[in-house]
Amino acid sequence: MTTQPVMPEPYVTVIGLEVHVQLQTQTKLFCGCSTRFGAPPNTQVCPVCLGLPGSLPVMNRAAFGLAMKAALALNCRIAAFTKWDRKNYFYPDLPKGYQISQYDLPFSADGWLEVADPKGAFARKVGIVRVHLEEDAGKSMHDEAVGTADSRIDLNRAGTPLCEIVTQPDLRSPQEARAWLNELKLLLVYLGVSDCNMQEGSLRVDANVNLHVPCPDGRIAKTPIVEIKNMNSFRSVERALAYEAARQYDEWQATKAELGKIPKQTRGWDDPAGVTRAQRHKEESSDYRYFPDPDLVPVTVSDAQVADVRAAMGEPPAVLRQALAERWRITAYDAEVLVNQGRELVAYYEDVATRVADGKVASNWLQQDVLRTLNERGGMIDTFAIRPEALADLIGRVQKGDFDTSRGREIFAEVLASGRSVADVVASLGIAAVGDDELVALCRELIAENPKIVADVQGGKEQAAAGLIGQAKKKNPNVNPGKVRQMCLDLIRGR
Amino acid sequence: MQPAELSATEIVAAVRQGDLTAVRCTEAFLDRIARLDGSINAFLHVDREAALATAARIDERRRAGKPIGPLAGLPVAVKDALCTADQPTTCASKMLAGFRPPYDADTVARLRAADAVIVGKTNMDEFAMGGSNENSAFGPVHNPWDLARAPGGSSGGSAACVAADMAPVAIGSDTGGSIRQPAGLCGITGLKPTYGRVSRRGLVAFASSLDQIGPMARSAADCALVLETIAGHDPGDSTSLAADVPHYTELLDQPLAGLRIGRVPEHYAAGLDPEVRAGVDEAFAVFRTAGATIVDVELPHAKYGVPTYYLVAPCEASSNLARYDGAHYGVRAEPGKGVRAEPGKGVRAEPGKGVRAEPGKGVRADEFASPLVEMYCRSRGEGFGPEVKRRIMLGTYALSAGYYDAYYAKALKVRRLIRQDYLEAFERVDLIGGPVSATPAFRLGEKTGDPLAMYLVDLYTVATNLAGVGGISFPCGFTKGGLPIGFQLQGPALAEPTLLRAADRFQRLTDWHTRRPKACA
Ligand SMILES: [Zn+2]
Repeated sequence: MTTQPVMPEPYVTVIGLEVHVQLQTQTKLFCGCSTRFGAPPNTQVCPVCLGLPGSLPVMNRAAFGLAMKAALALNCRIAAFTKWDRKNYFYPDLPKGYQISQYDLPFSADGWLEVADPKGAFARKVGIVRVHLEEDAGKSMHDEAVGTADSRIDLNRAGTPLCEIVTQPDLRSPQEARAWLNELKLLLVYLGVSDCNMQEGSLRVDANVNLHVPCPDGRIAKTPIVEIKNMNSFRSVERALAYEAARQYDEWQATKAELGKIPKQTRGWDDPAGVTRAQRHKEESSDYRYFPDPDLVPVTVSDAQVADVRAAMGEPPAVLRQALAERWRITAYDAEVLVNQGRELVAYYEDVATRVADGKVASNWLQQDVLRTLNERGGMIDTFAIRPEALADLIGRVQKGDFDTSRGREIFAEVLASGRSVADVVASLGIAAVGDDELVALCRELIAENPKIVADVQGGKEQAAAGLIGQAKKKNPNVNPGKVRQMCLDLIRGR
Repeated sequence: MQPAELSATEIVAAVRQGDLTAVRCTEAFLDRIARLDGSINAFLHVDREAALATAARIDERRRAGKPIGPLAGLPVAVKDALCTADQPTTCASKMLAGFRPPYDADTVARLRAADAVIVGKTNMDEFAMGGSNENSAFGPVHNPWDLARAPGGSSGGSAACVAADMAPVAIGSDTGGSIRQPAGLCGITGLKPTYGRVSRRGLVAFASSLDQIGPMARSAADCALVLETIAGHDPGDSTSLAADVPHYTELLDQPLAGLRIGRVPEHYAAGLDPEVRAGVDEAFAVFRTAGATIVDVELPHAKYGVPTYYLVAPCEASSNLARYDGAHYGVRAEPGKGVRAEPGKGVRAEPGKGVRAEPGKGVRADEFASPLVEMYCRSRGEGFGPEVKRRIMLGTYALSAGYYDAYYAKALKVRRLIRQDYLEAFERVDLIGGPVSATPAFRLGEKTGDPLAMYLVDLYTVATNLAGVGGISFPCGFTKGGLPIGFQLQGPALAEPTLLRAADRFQRLTDWHTRRPKACA
């Protein structure tokens, strides 16, 4: 069997994303209703978010501040003057018949967020066209039961603050799009801007994609742009984009249709079937008749306000990765693994590292033991049973040479299983430090019992000493294998 | 003491002193409503029991020596465009038939807190769109001075009920003249305050950037009294002004000496009725006698007021009225049943239960993209009257892609020029005077076939709203046929004290505002 060399694709995939993120505010964007998820339908509503006649919106300053935080973290320019516009369309979950949004003067624009190259080579800046603030619509729930076709509307979500983030078409592969989304999510979660929970709808992604195909004559042909909707996870974003790129290439080969020759198409991702499907033409073309909302006054933002938000922002993940690597002398890779787990895990890590005064060792324990356990069992670091001081206690004992790392792992597992303290577990397992005299006596015994190994070592095969360690462990499980090995070698050579 | 013959100021004083009970006063006006409104149709809803119960509580508090509010015992009629928590609020539209809002408008809440007694909701043009009150889904209002004539609009019910002494004061709203024009045609005093002076919260929106609530009464002094209660900043209305509220009633006494009143030559263009012109000229003479100087000023862009208004207002209205979709409240079209009112039934859409259009009844079912669209079209088609539909279509068209710049954006530019005209004029004069309407009250039905002629009834009033400033209208004479002639004063932003003081001074020197229609004796 021969391995096929990996052929590069005969085209470049060009991707831009449109991300909607719900802001983590206590109350809605234009009224005082709670934004809590999961309440019984239509219990978090008032005349304003129900759009009752005579009701008026009043901007939630906290939401605006949070949106500014997101925009600043995305390196956007904050507009000194911004306004609200109405986007008019009819839908039952849109009680006013229009959505309050921002049209030609978004509160922020012209930013970027770096994404690590999925192949690990270098980071690339992905441009951000604009970030604007708008209110969410309610939810329609369609009853699919046979014989009834009732639709019910829950307006709890109506009026929840949403940030719309629009990227430049700077992404070049489905994997890169997914990696960028992961980075965006991490950033927004770090800043406390959003919980980015896709299942609860607090993060939604649409993607625009087309291909740049080099032609034999040297020209680059561009295929028509397709907008993909209905993607419910970052994994489906990647799959949908990969499917769509392949589909567009097939279509290009069949039709040679280029950008601008046919209108922009919207396709929905069918996750179980793994395909995109064209949506009805009617749903695509809308004239939203945007105009400035006369119920709201424009918002002016001073440099001082921007500075305040910036000062209160905290370290974004990219900065933290670098800081962590420098502070604890760990590799960029280790810093990335730790930071990508979230702010709480980084705090846990730094606590342990400080206590044991060794970032590298702490990082190893975090990655190999703590994270593995969390991955296997689920759960969050802030409720993890072994607290930083306990883990530091355990690592400290290994550092002192009380026992080796593998014995330490056994203790880790026992502490986790029993909920007892490290000291208790050490005592109950009969783990006690082996004294020097005891160790010398034990090694002499081993040497006396294993003339063949001694001869091999004397003959230059040092690795033969490994055979003594297993026997030592049988005689006394508390011995440190490294020390046994060294002592035995010393004794054999000293002879 | 006949309560109907007292001014609002006198009623409040009499109740406070114990010379008149709130119950007796309220009863007297309710009795007049019962006797007269059958022929005038000024009220859409009167809640006699609730009004008397409120009045009784006020009397009880006064007798017990407890504090009572500044408007204690004063009956007030409220335009049906303002939400009242305990009464239907329909905007004179079938679309909102039976709708009872769960909250009071800010103005209504302030009136209640001041111990005013809300006697009822007044008739109006549907969604405040009109200048004759003939666009009400519940029948036109008849002008008390001549029942065959229109009272003006859109606050026609509020104007007529005050003119007929069915309430000492009423609340109106003015988007392009809807307080001042009917006040002028009904011989009463109506104030449109500066945009943002009175909160719009709870006023069912017509054109949000133009709408303003104001008092309508028999005199400027009574308007001042009511404005003191309803004006003020409301954190629930982002466009409401934060400026302090002056004691308007205490500022009335200052003489007018030195006041400069502008006179706009364009106001005397063709179409101005000669009797109205004579009345307006006499009014200027009265102001001159009072010590004011009259100065000619120009408002060069005023002539674009009506076209500008008829773009800005319908554009905003087309969006403001989108919420009446049959899905959430108000009426929903059902098969073969016309419209059904569903007040306060929570939210629920029933696209699947879509209505079937019947043959020969206009739209065919297969013309609808979906049952949902059919529900929207049927509900809106049957719930709105023709003028509302006309303006929704005008606004929707003017905001559409490809037309926005030519219509809406251009209208906003002209609006800025009009505002600039006013700013410049008010550097030279304190107030601007002139006619309210080109003609006295016209006959019911006279203009209903000609929407453009109807739009011109706002000729002298729309620019005030476009500029966001204030205006007051009051009677300055009568035609030979016995119809009131209105005079209008406009002032710069927050010049309500000057507007009220000038109108009050005029009313101390004349008695036009004390005349009563014979039919309503
Ligand atoms: Zn709400």
